[in-house]
Parts: sequence; C-alpha cells; structure tokens
Amino acid sequence: MSQIQNFTKGFLKENPILVLVLGTCPTLATTSSALNGMGMGLATTFVLIGSNVAISLLKNVIPDKVRIPGFIVVIATFVTIVDQVMQAYVPSLYETLGIFIPLIVVNCIVLGRAEAFASKNTVWSSFLDGAGMGLGFTCALGVLGTIREILGSGSVMGFKFIEGDGILAFILAPGAFIALGYLIAVVNKINKA
Amino acid sequence: MEYILLIISAIFVNNVVLAQFLGICPFLGVSNKVSTALGMGGAVVFVIVLATMVTYLIHTYVLIPLGITFMQTITFILVIAALVQMVEIILKKISQPLYQSLGIFLPLITTNCAVLGVAILVIKKDYNLLEGVIYGGSTAIGFALALVIMAGIREQMELADVPSGMKGVPISLVTAGILALAFMGFAGLV
Repeated sequence: MSQIQNFTKGFLKENPILVLVLGTCPTLATTSSALNGMGMGLATTFVLIGSNVAISLLKNVIPDKVRIPGFIVVIATFVTIVDQVMQAYVPSLYETLGIFIPLIVVNCIVLGRAEAFASKNTVWSSFLDGAGMGLGFTCALGVLGTIREILGSGSVMGFKFIEGDGILAFILAPGAFIALGYLIAVVNKINKA
Repeated sequence: MEYILLIISAIFVNNVVLAQFLGICPFLGVSNKVSTALGMGGAVVFVIVLATMVTYLIHTYVLIPLGITFMQTITFILVIAALVQMVEIILKKISQPLYQSLGIFLPLITTNCAVLGVAILVIKKDYNLLEGVIYGGSTAIGFALALVIMAGIREQMELADVPSGMKGVPISLVTAGILALAFMGFAGLV
C-alpha cells in the first residue's frame, strides 16, 4: 500500500466511525454541536499520532507478551498530556467534553491502530496512518455534529439561522443514536456502490 | 432515602448507555441474544463494583497524599486491567460454572469505557466510599438492563425485513435511539 493510501484510507474506505464502527461512545456524546465534535476529534487525533509514532519506535523493545499493557501505558501518557494542556488553554471546551477526555484511553480506535498498524510498520507510515485515521474521525464527528446542530438548535457552527428552537431530541441522547444510525446507513450505501 | 434516589437516578434517569453514552461498544456488540446479554451484564456489575472500590481507595490513600492526582487516568486504567485479569484467574480457580458463563466477557471489559468512566465520575462527584459503590453498582445494573432490553428487541428484529443499507449497525443504532427516547420518560422521576 502506498504512503498516500495510508493517509487517505481513514477518510471514507476505512473510516473508524462510519465503516469500522469503533469509538462510538465519544462520537455520540460530544457531537451535540459541530465545534464540540471537532474539538474531541482533534484531541483524539493528537493522541493517535503520538501513540502510533511512539509505538512504532518501540516495537522492537516491547516484549510481545506484555505488548497490550505496554501500549496502554504509552496511550495513557499521551492522554494525560492532552488532558493537562486542554485544561490549561481551552478550559471551556475541557468542561464541555468533561469525562470523555480521559476516556480517550479506552477508545478502541487508538488501541486498535497501535495493535493492527503501528506495531508492524515504519514510523513514517504509522504517522500517516494515525493522522489519516484521526482526521477521518474528526471529519465524521464534524459532520454528525453539524447535522445534530442544524436539526436540534437551527444553527451552524454556533450561528443561528432559524428563529426559535429546533427539535430538542437531536441535541439530547436519542437524536445522537438516530442521526449516527442513518449516517452509517448512507455511508454503507456509498461504499457498496 | 438519599441512597434510593441515587440508585433510581443511576439506573433509569441517567442510564449509563442511553443517557451518558458509556459502554456503547459492548452494547452494540453483545446484544444479539438475551442469554449472552445477561452474562455480559453480570460480568460488568461484578467488575464495576470491584473497580470503583479499588480505584477509590487508591485515589484517596495513594494519589492524593503524594500529590499526583494528574496520574489518575494512567493509574486507573492499569488498576482496572490488572483487576480484570485477577478476577479471571480467581474465578477460573474457585468457580468453574461462573467462569464458563462470565469468562469470555472478562477480557472485553478492560476496554469497556463504562468501567473507567464510573471510576472517574465517582471521584469527580466527590462521593464517599459507600455512595461510590452504590452508584457504581446501580450504574452497572442500568447497563445490564439496557443490554438485556436491547437483546430482546434484536431477537425479534431477526424476523423483520430490514432495508439492505440499514442492516446491522444502523438499525441497531436507530433502535437504541428510540429506546433512549423511551428512557427520557423517566426524567421526571428524580
């Protein structure tokens, strides 16, 4: 597989949320608006790139038997960095995302890429893979966030274009499930065609 | 009374899956059959109660005195992973039938974000040990409840004719959405 494909596969063909359906918890929880969703996506992207690069550098050092705990420690380190940095510089976003920042540790995408890709490939390919997967994740969150924001509060990126309230259920939990369900159905259809 | 409110709100009003979005992966992954859903639910209740207790004690008696609360995430995930492994080994030794029914679900639980999520929430909400354990236990029961209901619906859905693009994950998500709508009806309870 060429290096460009390592990067681009994360967007549609192997999109972590819409095709592989990994990391659904933060996806549903943080996409009440487009900006929140993208904030979460970028935080995850940073962790994904960091852990992918670190793990591909360490792949010959970590013994095979304890590789999973080893990967988790590396990932948790990067999550702690993101957690501290966001708390210091973007406190309002940090408050909104809340518990889902530390929970990046158990996001299946991050551990999944470490195990399936970074532990077998070179540093540069792992970097591209992490960046592609992360940005694919961010795009999916952005799209889902935009849909829910338009339907739920009649605004895009915080700018209102409809008077009054939207369909409240789309800001709350039920709308998250339903919107993601239909989004995945559409992507299924596109990928098959 | 206070504890009853805590229990009701954790099981129904703030249901961990349908209102707080924790543990969606196992919720979608192992909700095909009611019997597997019950097994997974039981294993999660067991692990969450244990994990809340242990992480609470570690946080109060190790992390705070040493002033390293920023190590919370990394400590908790390691403790949970070790705990799950230990439970698996002990269960295998002392109770074969229980191991047979819960065993296959245990390794999956380490990456169940509900476990780490509850552990962090207990610290965030400043619960004491008893409240934390009650909160953890009832959250886990809420998880098991959602899982079993979902499994029951999906068993029926096997017979339905679903459009090709909606098969699998999409229809499950939409079903979960409608279930979440139903659970919103509990909102006035507490």
